[in-house]
Amino acid sequence: MAGLSRREISAGTPAWPEWTLVGLAIAALLVAPFLVYPIFLMKMLCFALLACAFNLLLGYTGLLSFGHATFFGGAAYFTAHAVKVWGWPPEAGILLGMAGAALLGLVMGFFAIRRQGIYFAMITLALSQMFFFFCVQAPFTEGEDGIQGVPRGMLFGVLDLNVSLNMYYFVLAVFLIGVFAIWRIVNSPFGMILRSIRENESRAISLGYSVANYKLGAFVMSAALAGLAGSLKAIVFQFATLTDVTWQMSGEVILMTLLGGIGTMVGPIVGASLVVGLENTLATSGFPVTIATGLIFMVCVLVFRRGIVGELYARLLKRQGRH
Amino acid sequence: MTMIFGIPVQALLGQLLVGLINGSFYAMLSLGLAVIFGLLRVINFAHGAQYMLGAFVGYLLLTHLGIGYWPALILAPLTVGLFGIVVERLALSRLYDTDPLYGLLFTFGLALVLEGIFRYYYGVSGNPYAVPSLLAGGTNLGFMFLPNYRGWVVVASLIICFGTWALIEKTRLGSYLRAATENPRLVQAFGVNVPLLLTLTYGLGSALAGLAGILAAPVYQVSPLMGSDLIIVVFAVVVIGGMGSILGAIVTGYMLGLAEGLTKVFYPEASNLVVFVIMAIVLLVRPAGLFGRDA
Repeated sequence: MAGLSRREISAGTPAWPEWTLVGLAIAALLVAPFLVYPIFLMKMLCFALLACAFNLLLGYTGLLSFGHATFFGGAAYFTAHAVKVWGWPPEAGILLGMAGAALLGLVMGFFAIRRQGIYFAMITLALSQMFFFFCVQAPFTEGEDGIQGVPRGMLFGVLDLNVSLNMYYFVLAVFLIGVFAIWRIVNSPFGMILRSIRENESRAISLGYSVANYKLGAFVMSAALAGLAGSLKAIVFQFATLTDVTWQMSGEVILMTLLGGIGTMVGPIVGASLVVGLENTLATSGFPVTIATGLIFMVCVLVFRRGIVGELYARLLKRQGRH
Repeated sequence: MTMIFGIPVQALLGQLLVGLINGSFYAMLSLGLAVIFGLLRVINFAHGAQYMLGAFVGYLLLTHLGIGYWPALILAPLTVGLFGIVVERLALSRLYDTDPLYGLLFTFGLALVLEGIFRYYYGVSGNPYAVPSLLAGGTNLGFMFLPNYRGWVVVASLIICFGTWALIEKTRLGSYLRAATENPRLVQAFGVNVPLLLTLTYGLGSALAGLAGILAAPVYQVSPLMGSDLIIVVFAVVVIGGMGSILGAIVTGYMLGLAEGLTKVFYPEASNLVVFVIMAIVLLVRPAGLFGRDA
């Protein structure tokens, strides 16, 4: 019950497509704002970072958190409050949001790592619902209205974020730094220990690792990075509302990761782009989004557990194996 | 007026009754979750949606076919139970050899779809469901006024909970079920049809949720979202009680309903937080849950 074993997620990562794809993707993202509506792209990048942060926990540590909305939405509230009410510059507001999310992650993780598997998911869900009720009642979140009209401000006092392209390239830079950080964490000795916990928790314990501390560390890092995504979203959209702390949001992140491929670096980004794109399309069609996301969930779990990127990798590996 | 700790007795008893009603639903729903989890190792996230489905079946029977509360009390759980059986046969049964988390994710998707469908057709506002005429009105107990229907909910939930407990602990079918929980392969080898047992168990658990739904229809309003917020509280209840024991799930459900009612009297702001706070405390002092066997 230690979570998802390697057998069920990606069978491995083939070497060559990764770097080529990364180069192509970065090039595409650099020119994208001239072709696509920048706000949409920024939304996509924020959710992609959130999904990557979530995947650090589910894909590489084997812990299913049903409470990542707390860090995403919580950080958005902290940043929005600091920037709007205290008049902080955006970079300081974002750092505060991240620190707040890390602290929330420390508290939630402290309780949640006491149980494993399915209980872990239920505890994170319950605690994040508790945070939701707190946000409904706390005065600084401004209740049902949320914090509106958050100023984007001047980045480091020089770069005007009200200019759409400035904002976009800042979001892109933060996104790339965030994903790079996750990639470093996953491939560090620390990340290897996380994987060993995912594969066989009892064995990791018997090898002398204090599994609880590693899990908590991974949880806090994942929370902080999810918070980074939330803070960024608050600056981009200039508001923070209750929507971002609901359990539906936690579910959406899981869907993005599952659809793209649990335990792959690129999967969550692909999944997040698809889900955000789908929601944008559905928003104008009148077809209820929850039904669509629910159906994708069911189909993914039944026939597509590796996700899009995981499936792709599996095929490539098979072909490489044949030669 | 009599006072206890500076609170009028009437207000205290009134909130305790509300707590007992809520506790009845917590108990019935966590019981269903425990029954399903015990055998299938699946956390049924759709439990809240199935509860909502039960209430809606009752509501639709009344508004479209003119079928009243009492027949609906049988028909609603039957419909939801059959729905559960179909879901288990078509989908859940394919997930038993994967990680238990996939069962949770599948039923989560199912819950989203069910809620989405009802939201699409009925909006988010609640639809009132009249109390059946037999149970309309109330009884003056001397110290407080008890609406008859609420009294019935408490009695009915007690009957349902202990009926289910007796079914599992005292009958032959129940003994198969418990045996299959311990060691499915061995039970299969003795000639018991374990896959059928799994299907029936999921059907029974779903039917319990549907029954709770139709019982809830006259108390709360029938709305597409009535199940989703409730199910998260029920998850906390299940973490507190531990899913190892049927009786534990029932007792924890009632206890937490009462605790919530008491909080409403003394510190109303915290009333929807108290279950989660208790969960956190229990995790600190007894991580396996009050009645849990598995750590």
